Amino acid sequence: MTRAIREVIETHARLPVDVWGLPDDASLYEAGMTSHASVNLMLALEDRFDVEFPDELLTRKAFESVAAIRRSLETLGVVEAAA
Amino acid sequence: MSREPSPAPLRVGIDLVAVDAVAETLESTLRERYLSRVYTDGEVRDCTGRGGDVDAARLAGRFAAKEAALKALRAGDVAVPWREIEVRRAADGDPSLVLHGQAAELAAHAGLRTFAVSLTHEQAYASAIVVATA
Repeated sequence: MTRAIREVIETHARLPVDVWGLPDDASLYEAGMTSHASVNLMLALEDRFDVEFPDELLTRKAFESVAAIRRSLETLGVVEAAA
Repeated sequence: MSREPSPAPLRVGIDLVAVDAVAETLESTLRERYLSRVYTDGEVRDCTGRGGDVDAARLAGRFAAKEAALKALRAGDVAVPWREIEVRRAADGDPSLVLHGQAAELAAHAGLRTFAVSLTHEQAYASAIVVATA
């Protein structure tokens, strides 16, 4: 799942750095992701994992890092094999 | 013993959005869900020209206003759906901010009743500033 998350980040988060070089717990915001890019990331993750993020998950924290995104997806029932 | 009166709450938030980032999303497969999840129908209508095209710069200004409002509200880790912060444009062109749901609750909790918003954009960037007080 982590690889798929990184692929979506690479395409949609408009990071000025290489996402593949970031640790799982590195802040994507500190790496240069804007709030607007985080919206694109959220929508693209929904497409990639066939889920919908409910309102209560629409926090800055939910998309803060690869690890945080993985946790958010897991709360929606996405399991490792699905990626 | 005298006590100083509590100052009225005064908050400010500002944000800057790259217009090309919004234009890119509008040209992508995310377009329809982006518009429906982030903006109210009225906001999309206000940003749509006579030819039916959604103006990326005007939309970027509204996104900046939502983010500026979140900063003024100090939302932190509270989930606030973007559509709960709405920019409305009066007949005379003046923009105003209307809060719904969780955004309105955050404002009430902070004692913030009056919000003012100002938007600006040029070719590359759109910006908004929000001032909130009692």
